[in-house]
Amino acid sequence: MAQWIARAADSDIWWSFKSSATTVIAAAVTLLIIVVAFLSPVLAPHTPFDPSSLSLSDGLKPPVFVGDDGDWSFPLGTDDQGRDVLSSIMYGTRLSLEVGFASVVVAMLLGITLGLFSGYFGGAVDSVIMRIADVQLTFPAILVALLIDGIVRGILTSQRHDEIAVFVIVGAIGLSFWVQYARTVRGSVLVEKNKEYVQAARVIGLSPVLIMFRHVLPNVTGPVLVIATINLGLAIITEATLSFLGVGLPSTQPSLGTLIRLGNELLQSGEWWITLFPSITLAALVLAVNLLGDWLRDALNPKLR
Amino acid sequence: MLAFILRRLVQSVAVLLVVGLVSFFLFRYVGDPINGMVGQDTPASEREALKQKLGLNDPAPVQFLHFIGNAAQGWFGLSYRTSEPVNRMILERLPATLELSLCAALFALLIGLPMGVYTGLYPRHWSSRALQAVSLLGVSLPTFVIGILLILVFSVMLRWLPSFGRGETVNIGWWSTGFLRWKGIEALIMPAITLGLFQLTLIMRLVRSEMLEVMRTDYIKFARARGLTNRAINFGHALKNTLVPVITITGLQLGSIIAFSVVTETVFAWPGVGQLFIQSVQFVDIPVMAAYLMLIGLLFVLINLAVDLLYFAVDPRLRGGGLARSGGH
Repeated sequence: MAQWIARAADSDIWWSFKSSATTVIAAAVTLLIIVVAFLSPVLAPHTPFDPSSLSLSDGLKPPVFVGDDGDWSFPLGTDDQGRDVLSSIMYGTRLSLEVGFASVVVAMLLGITLGLFSGYFGGAVDSVIMRIADVQLTFPAILVALLIDGIVRGILTSQRHDEIAVFVIVGAIGLSFWVQYARTVRGSVLVEKNKEYVQAARVIGLSPVLIMFRHVLPNVTGPVLVIATINLGLAIITEATLSFLGVGLPSTQPSLGTLIRLGNELLQSGEWWITLFPSITLAALVLAVNLLGDWLRDALNPKLR
Repeated sequence: MLAFILRRLVQSVAVLLVVGLVSFFLFRYVGDPINGMVGQDTPASEREALKQKLGLNDPAPVQFLHFIGNAAQGWFGLSYRTSEPVNRMILERLPATLELSLCAALFALLIGLPMGVYTGLYPRHWSSRALQAVSLLGVSLPTFVIGILLILVFSVMLRWLPSFGRGETVNIGWWSTGFLRWKGIEALIMPAITLGLFQLTLIMRLVRSEMLEVMRTDYIKFARARGLTNRAINFGHALKNTLVPVITITGLQLGSIIAFSVVTETVFAWPGVGQLFIQSVQFVDIPVMAAYLMLIGLLFVLINLAVDLLYFAVDPRLRGGGLARSGGH
């Protein structure tokens, strides 16, 4: 273990990380947001989505640092139902992160599998997969996600849809972002599959699936990791946008996007804090994740060293 | 060149057919077309007769051909939600979306391009660094957050600009325009900025990195050695050579602008096709969803074709016959 840490501390990646102040700050912000969000059941002052703990008389309190109406038990104010904005943001961020991570994993698994098959087998399999990818690239991911969500709504009843909304959203975002992974993996596989170690594996009679996942895949993970980091920011934005449009997570299970949508309805009457604070949290989270992604892309690119 | 254009045309038609197939499956199998037309207590025999009359009992390929034929003539049936013809609903709302998208694209291009050239020519100047930092923020802020912030500052706090709708519009034939009234232009400002900001930062960052690359090349050094003016070098030599990727991205972004208007139209209650699409997703109004899908598919294919043709105008190497690149994505 100690040896492993010493090796990591001596590596190029660690050095490039240390020498970029922006990246260190971005990593710290990301880490802080993740830790606070996942500890929200412990850290949050209130449980905002337990109806029994709410009181309408606490409704629409402004943040403590504005005017004299503030209440220190609700530091960032409350919404019209009397929910604490700070606690809602902490729980909402956790949900946004969970959906973001899960949909990146879905897109990655799907893209890697299809990319491996496409590159390794070539021929008809390859053409079919890549033509689907081409057509899907014609549409922006957000439209594809909207469409998938709409189809699921058409099949399920609306109550059933709300119950499994998280899975629908994860699936919809995952299905709209697989193309990039598939294309990257396919490209790398085309290079790798003619190398000697793959031929050797084939000669000793290993099955194609085993060769693809055990031997080829480990050699194409670098670019995939970079795409995954950059797509994490995109996935979080996509989920927030869908929820903001009212087709994402329902108000009983609000993510940051849902909170912004609910607050937006009260914006015109001057209650800006309900929508502004979740917006700032979302922007900070995405900015930090994007900075990390940019850094990782440059750090793993040997051409730039 | 002709062969290239023909090949692209065939590809475009193929893409449109696949999009049509998806729309057809949506239309035919996700929603029940009969339920949208009859009342709840229509007897089963009447439903069957209607099904027969509409050709819904025909084999699927026949139905598909029928669907494509109707789509080509702009007929997508009746909306499940309002029972109006879908094509009329879309036509009524199309001018709003196109005007908004056009303004957003112009805003992004006319400000993003000069900003990119400037930051590319003077990368070390403090103002370039500041612009670069701001552009990172522009890429990271979701569209709807930008819209909400603009509304908060300019509508709620300063009360300068309206926060929803198109203001006043004038009808020219079936086209309703907001350009001819001050109220209409006023209403257009914030939505156009919201929609165009992401594209602006994208174009700026792209032009900047292309300019940085071109300025390092030998022919720029040579042009300098020949004693050409800075202006001739920067614009005649450098900028011209950055244009091919810029045209590709800008073209594709124009399509994204129209698609992303879904979000902006929701924030600003802008009565365009994007808002219509969101409403139809919420109400599972399948005919409208299918028609919107076809419309966006058609727009993207047309834009891609236009981009390919523009290459010939910009890049003389392509006109010589040998095709180094096939364009596209």
